[in-house]
Amino acid sequence: MFVRMIAKAFLRQWKKMLMIAFTIALGSSLATAMLSVMMDVEDKMNQELKAYGANITVVPKSTSVISDLYDVGDENISGNYLKEDELGKIKTIFWAFNIVDYTPFISTQVSLDSGNTATLTGTWFNHHMDLPTGEALDAGIASLRSWWTVDGEWLDEQSDGSSECAMVGSSLAKKEGLSAGDMIHVTGSKEEKNLKVVGVFDSGGEEDDLIYVTVDTAQALGGLEGKIDSIEVSALTTPDNELAQKAARDPSSLSVSQYETWYCTAYVSSICYQIEEVVTDSVASAVRQVADSEGQILNKTELLMILITILSMVGAALGICNLVTASVMERSQEIGLMKAIGAHNPAITGLVLTEVLCTALIGGVIGFYAGIGFAQIIGHSVFSASIQIRPMVVPVVAVLVGLVTLIGSIPAIRMLLNLRPTEVLHGR
Amino acid sequence: MSLLELKNVSKVYGNLHALDHVSLKVEKGEWLAIMGPSGSGKSTMMNIIGALDKATEGEILLDGEDISRKNARALTDIRRDKIGLIFQQFHLVSYLTAVENVMLAQYYHSLPDEKEALEALERVGLADRAKHYPSQLSGGEQQRVCVARALINYPEIILADEPTGNLDEANEEIVVELFRKLHLEGTTLIVVTHNPEVAEVAQRTIVLRNGRVDHEMINENFTGKIKHITLQ
Repeated sequence: MFVRMIAKAFLRQWKKMLMIAFTIALGSSLATAMLSVMMDVEDKMNQELKAYGANITVVPKSTSVISDLYDVGDENISGNYLKEDELGKIKTIFWAFNIVDYTPFISTQVSLDSGNTATLTGTWFNHHMDLPTGEALDAGIASLRSWWTVDGEWLDEQSDGSSECAMVGSSLAKKEGLSAGDMIHVTGSKEEKNLKVVGVFDSGGEEDDLIYVTVDTAQALGGLEGKIDSIEVSALTTPDNELAQKAARDPSSLSVSQYETWYCTAYVSSICYQIEEVVTDSVASAVRQVADSEGQILNKTELLMILITILSMVGAALGICNLVTASVMERSQEIGLMKAIGAHNPAITGLVLTEVLCTALIGGVIGFYAGIGFAQIIGHSVFSASIQIRPMVVPVVAVLVGLVTLIGSIPAIRMLLNLRPTEVLHGR
Repeated sequence: MSLLELKNVSKVYGNLHALDHVSLKVEKGEWLAIMGPSGSGKSTMMNIIGALDKATEGEILLDGEDISRKNARALTDIRRDKIGLIFQQFHLVSYLTAVENVMLAQYYHSLPDEKEALEALERVGLADRAKHYPSQLSGGEQQRVCVARALINYPEIILADEPTGNLDEANEEIVVELFRKLHLEGTTLIVVTHNPEVAEVAQRTIVLRNGRVDHEMINENFTGKIKHITLQ
């Protein structure tokens, strides 16, 4: 009889039930989309934020100390270097997967035919690495300096003769009258070379006075074989919290469990710590502006999505509240009759709630699948990638839909409980 | 012992005495009609007898049990187990068929039994209309479904509020005949009505005025002849 009553009530009130299902579907679709994006946004946002450059720099320990003491910037005035053969180790740390790009730098002073001197820096452009894990990685400034505008083309390390090529900063090129395709003769402390200018770049900063060549070329010109000044690393990181800040100050102050938590979380400080473990006599430090901005953007994006989820659920609850209350008012004589012939309040409440929850289930399922679609639209339009739907979204959305339905039904249930048969059955 | 006894029952709404120290006895198997002008307290009395409302003061003994101080849950149980209600507006559930409307009373009482519900409809002459929805039934047929629903759980009292108020003369006759049949079968009937023709077929009639029993009439031997016997 119960099932028969539910089924017939559905058929009779199908328009109202459709409206309730639609309201729920709208709320659950937004909740599904926002939660899915929120749970997947960290990786996606990190990938997007990599366009703003490296977030970790690695320098020799002595350079770091002098830099801290005399505030002399990143110039290598200590005469100490990192070892080039340790560069590959960076992709062997615990958070190797999160290291998305990195490149070394080695600088030397060279003389030009005009009589001027310039800083020539060796780096990776699109350096190919076959990793021990079987993966391959093309790393270098071509992706780390994605905002550069290049007249000509990027230096292609994987082409023949790359060691005879250079990229020249726009200020220097203007001063020396160079353009893409020209030859430039440089004299280092050990060797001299004729380099072909493949591209003139405009970085909008101090780098516009530099000449960029491959690491081997710079090392040969300066007699710095096997030596590296610094490394810039771009890593996917988790926004800092109190634990990360405490660890950044002094990892030894952490308890064993705190240390494990910190070490196994992709905080920028934990990745720096792990890089220092594999690169001899190095100091890895976060580029605070970038790391902090990334953390803030991530936190604000997540907060925005939580707010949208809450608002969509509140909207759904208000919609349900109106619709269920209207339904109970419309059925007040029927409910009064049920009470008059012996139905207790829990039985009638159960009947109404079952109707609403069944409708919510249908609306919730439809909304969930629509939400997956919305999430993919957001993923492709904002991040140009699919959003991975985490299994956790299903129970969270189910609980939200259930709660919203129950909370939205409270005023109607209160009305139902307070309804007196004598007031509705005699038409008073 | 009377099946129903009201002892000095009053119902007060603010300053209004809807019922004012009313005493009444109804014997098992009796057919009582309650009459009176609008505002005389008929519906209030019906609500109190039907355990739909509580008296402000006085005692209501149903089958020897005082129900005047019972809580809402206990009153619901009394309605379910001991009282069959018939309404002027029928109050059938529009999306359930005739037989399902009868089964609804079974559902909240014990277990729905379609065969038994069909038998109840047969008693009121509606076996062939069992699968029809209220909108497909005439007023008289809807009221007969209402009677079948009131009968289905074998209540001790059938309480009818203006049962012919929405019916034409032909259907009124059918419903009155149905009451006559139920009375002959031993059912206790209390019928609240405006209609003297409905009241005059009852065994006894009480007339309410301003919340009090104004007078009482007994229809001796069901001859249809009314004898005026008391005045308050």
